[in-house]
Amino acid sequence: MATSSERSPPPFPDSEDQDVLDSEEVGGRDSDEEDDGDDLFMSATNAPLTEMDSPLSPASQPSEVLMKPPTDLMDDPIIEPISSQMENQPVSEVVNESSDDFVDLTNNLTDSPDEADAAESAVEDAAKDTTEIPLDEPSDDFVDIFGSETEAPPEKVMEEDVAEVTVEAATDKSEVASSVTLPPGDGETGSEEEEEEEKEAKTSTDPIIDLSETQQLQPASHTFVDPLVDLLSDSAPTADAKIPSRATVDLFEDEGSDFFTESRQTKSAKQQQKSLFGELDEDLFGEPLGVTSKKAVNVEQKDKPVKTKAATTDVSNMGGPLQDINPAEPADLFSEEAVATVPSIKNTSTVNSKTNGVNSEEEIDIFAEATVELSLDSPRDERKKDVSDTPSVSAAPSLSATASLVKPMPAALEELEEEEEEEEEEQEDKFEVFVSVKDPEKIGDGMNAYMAYKVTTQTQLPMFRNKTFTVRRRFSDFLGLYEKLSEKHGPNGFIVPPPPEKSILGMTKVKVGKDDSSSADFVERRRGALERYLQRVINHPSLLQDPDVREFLERDELPRAVSTQALSGAGFLKMINKATDAVSKMTIKMNESDVWFEEKLLEVESSDQHFRKLLALVESLVVHRKELSLNTASFAKSTAMLGSAEDNTALSRALSQLAEVEDKMEQLHQEQAANDTFSFAELIADYIRLLGAVRGSFDHRMKAWQRWQDAQAVLQKKRETEAKLLWANKPDKLQLAKEEIAEWEAKVTQYERDFERVSATVRKEVVRFEKEKARNCKREIINYLECLLQSQQQLIKYWEAFLPEAKAIA
Amino acid sequence: MMEEVKEVTSTLSVDGHNIKVTEVLKDGETLTFLIVSLKLSSTGEYHVDRTYDDFEWLQQHLFSQEDVPGIQGVIFPPLPAKAQVNASAKVMKQLGFLGLEDWQPYSKALETFLRQIATHSILGKNKAVEIFLTSSDPPGRQRVRKNIFNRLSQAVEGMRKEGHKDVDEFFQTERDHNLVLAGGAKTAAERFLDVVQTEQKIAVACGHFSTALHLCVEPGEDLNKQAFSKLCVKLSEVFASMKKNITSVAENNVSTLGLGLDLESRYQEAEKEMLFRRTCKLVELETARRNAEKAKPVKKAAMEEVKKAAETEFDHICGVAKEEIARLQGARVEMLQQALVQWCEKQLLTAKESADQFNQHLQSVRGMAL
Repeated sequence: MATSSERSPPPFPDSEDQDVLDSEEVGGRDSDEEDDGDDLFMSATNAPLTEMDSPLSPASQPSEVLMKPPTDLMDDPIIEPISSQMENQPVSEVVNESSDDFVDLTNNLTDSPDEADAAESAVEDAAKDTTEIPLDEPSDDFVDIFGSETEAPPEKVMEEDVAEVTVEAATDKSEVASSVTLPPGDGETGSEEEEEEEKEAKTSTDPIIDLSETQQLQPASHTFVDPLVDLLSDSAPTADAKIPSRATVDLFEDEGSDFFTESRQTKSAKQQQKSLFGELDEDLFGEPLGVTSKKAVNVEQKDKPVKTKAATTDVSNMGGPLQDINPAEPADLFSEEAVATVPSIKNTSTVNSKTNGVNSEEEIDIFAEATVELSLDSPRDERKKDVSDTPSVSAAPSLSATASLVKPMPAALEELEEEEEEEEEEQEDKFEVFVSVKDPEKIGDGMNAYMAYKVTTQTQLPMFRNKTFTVRRRFSDFLGLYEKLSEKHGPNGFIVPPPPEKSILGMTKVKVGKDDSSSADFVERRRGALERYLQRVINHPSLLQDPDVREFLERDELPRAVSTQALSGAGFLKMINKATDAVSKMTIKMNESDVWFEEKLLEVESSDQHFRKLLALVESLVVHRKELSLNTASFAKSTAMLGSAEDNTALSRALSQLAEVEDKMEQLHQEQAANDTFSFAELIADYIRLLGAVRGSFDHRMKAWQRWQDAQAVLQKKRETEAKLLWANKPDKLQLAKEEIAEWEAKVTQYERDFERVSATVRKEVVRFEKEKARNCKREIINYLECLLQSQQQLIKYWEAFLPEAKAIA
Repeated sequence: MMEEVKEVTSTLSVDGHNIKVTEVLKDGETLTFLIVSLKLSSTGEYHVDRTYDDFEWLQQHLFSQEDVPGIQGVIFPPLPAKAQVNASAKVMKQLGFLGLEDWQPYSKALETFLRQIATHSILGKNKAVEIFLTSSDPPGRQRVRKNIFNRLSQAVEGMRKEGHKDVDEFFQTERDHNLVLAGGAKTAAERFLDVVQTEQKIAVACGHFSTALHLCVEPGEDLNKQAFSKLCVKLSEVFASMKKNITSVAENNVSTLGLGLDLESRYQEAEKEMLFRRTCKLVELETARRNAEKAKPVKKAAMEEVKKAAETEFDHICGVAKEEIARLQGARVEMLQQALVQWCEKQLLTAKESADQFNQHLQSVRGMAL
């Protein structure tokens, strides 16, 4: 079975990443604010319903809707192929790559629907802003597509059941995306029909698959398109499918065509289609609230048999649970939890595109919530599930893993949690990039000299062009990377790993060019620090996606980083300290609503103190070790002299042997000193730096809070002005004031969301940081102990070799 | 008192190989050593307590046995420098290894000193030794006059006589060799002391680090935090056992090779002193010869007699010295060998124990869930 592992890297990384980020933002916000989400939901649902006949939608709300459907689209194809693969082949290689692909897909997809009818620029704007900017046009267009398509099909429906199914599905989709709660008019009326159609749909899957297979030339685009087509344009799946697909292909032709063609295999295509149908089923079942439980049962029965078939398994599964949810039979739901969870994932993904790529890390919490709330009413659940699922979408592989796990098991809630953890593990494992910084080399002479390092990356990730590649980077490049990253990601609450500080003293020594041990030591320490810094960056799931990171790792020539001077030595520290001060100042001002943050900040500060103390201690230990090594060396020398002065041959021999042993021991002591340095001193120094970064993220959260508060203050003022104007009875100005209030209200909401989002990110990041810290420590301790053990064993060998010499003295 | 001691030549009533310094008592500024020796005649032990002054008294008596022929050819077992509670840095430096570890090495050195004297073919016969080891009254509480062997006089005359050309090639080589060895042993002991002291510093640093690691233990339910706390505790244990390891390494160093090198160094000094005394005698003899040659007939006979006496004494000294040197050679090689072997064995044991411990730590860290 062909997997998606061969997919080529996305052709235009920058824009994509940007998009991903944006979509993430959207998702984050939605997930954060339930209320908002609900509203959106409601409105969204309403819109499609009404618009089934009259496609024009209200501009502002649909914007969200607009965003969702595309994301939905992407979610579905990705998730489902994987999950289905998982079913067919529990061990799938796709896991690692799919996440990346997912990103690409998302991007393309997001663009694609919009592009279909709307101007590219508009789409991009929408995507980027993600907030309220959503343009009327695109949304309308989107609706148009929906509407027109939906309208068109009904005629076909009469003739072709299959077609109808898809149509229905499309409509359903739109509704689902908006909200599952409200039963669409069509859905209600056609509920009975839908059942039949559903059967048809299943049967029809095969033809579709065949088609897709036959269309080998553009299988990817085709399959890819199909969902799109089905959802958006709702054409007959079989014959009509080709046409729309081509249309979409055209859309993508300039950029995405190769990508798609390469990436998608026929197999995955099939699955996609299947999955598509699966979703349809879901929707069908899910939406008609009016459907009686009996019907549900029937449907379920139908589904179950299908389930046995490997191909449609997903679909059927999904159908079942959904159904359960709908009939408002919580009991069933629970009994089938295992199944339910799986569907919920898919379900959510379908329904909720909002959260989409964003929440990869939020999975746990959300997930947990979702599972808990499964028992609740369907609409709510679904929304929740969406939230929970969407994150998993971004971590597609892990999701699939969970899905596969869930299915065989009669899942209990606990199990779910367990799986979440596994999910996380996998997620972490999946970032298989290893970077090494080697061969520090002095380039140039005098004070203009600088050190260049060889940065070698080894990776299995398809987002990189090669599996191994090497570039040369100078120190300021590393700093430049940090600057870029912290500028981009810092404000979002990410903990951006900091590079080692510039050291004027150390570097000057190197520049002056005495090859003494201290400058060699300096270079080596810095090299190690840079390597760890880089590894931390690429271990961060979000930072790895950053185009600058990729550029740093891959591109041969990097534009010279400027203004890293600000980061030099003292300046850097000052910066961190300033940030810290700001944080503490703000904390005083800020009435901390979240105890967690308060405690964490205190923790961070105290552990910073502790680390500093530890660092001092380790450094003195290292000093002593070095001293020991020196002393051992001079003892070895004096023993050698004593040996040479000795008359007794055996004693003399033993003494000179002893001198050799001591020489070797000196080596051991030296290694031990280095071991102490690199295992602990450097590690602790890293963590002191990282704690600075953690504080920085707290700082950014404060800033977001501040901005929100400021906005609220402004809003308050505007309202007062409005009241005054009202009292003064100045209608013309009143209008302006009202507009301003609306504007500021929106801003306040947005800033509040921003703040919530940053808070959530910081939280996640801190948890991640702590986890990493523990892991890292464990690794280092193991390393250290291994070294220690090794040197003890070496010592034993030396002693054992010397003992007979000593005994031989007569 | 001196008179009574000079009757000499009683055989020792204790087993010279079984003298032990079992305890050190701190009484204000003075250190008192409890000395236990086995009776030869019956089963039983002598328990006496002696201060450094008593030891000095003993040594002075041994130095001043003027009626023993060739006494100046004896390499007197070296008495360690005076130990003081709260000794100054200079004294501590002089004491070297002996100043470490709460006087344990020091009592060991005193023990060696007593054994060397008790088993010495000439010195062991001195009455003072018997008194020192058996008399319940401390003998040395009154100051004794420092005699000609005291180091001050040596220092003054040293410059002049040390370079004096020897008549006997054996002694000439021995003197040269002794100079080199004494220097080498001293340096080696000092360097080794540096090593030990650094090891002790490392032990202290490990201890601090181990303690400080407990600061990082954070309370809380959070899994990651608990894991991190556990790691810190574990690491603290690792450093505690590292401290233990390096402490015992240092102890091993002191108790074996450290003491050995110290003794070697002091014995070389003692030999140097003996050789110096002999050289002095040689100079004296040469002067007597010259005087006898140049002497006017009136004094000629007297001068001849002095010369004769000097010659005899010098011959005695040379005879004893040759024996002593040969004995010392054997003894010190054996002593050094033992020191090296013990050292090696102890270190081997420590290293193995530590390796075991580290291995256990390693396994348990590996087994930690994270």
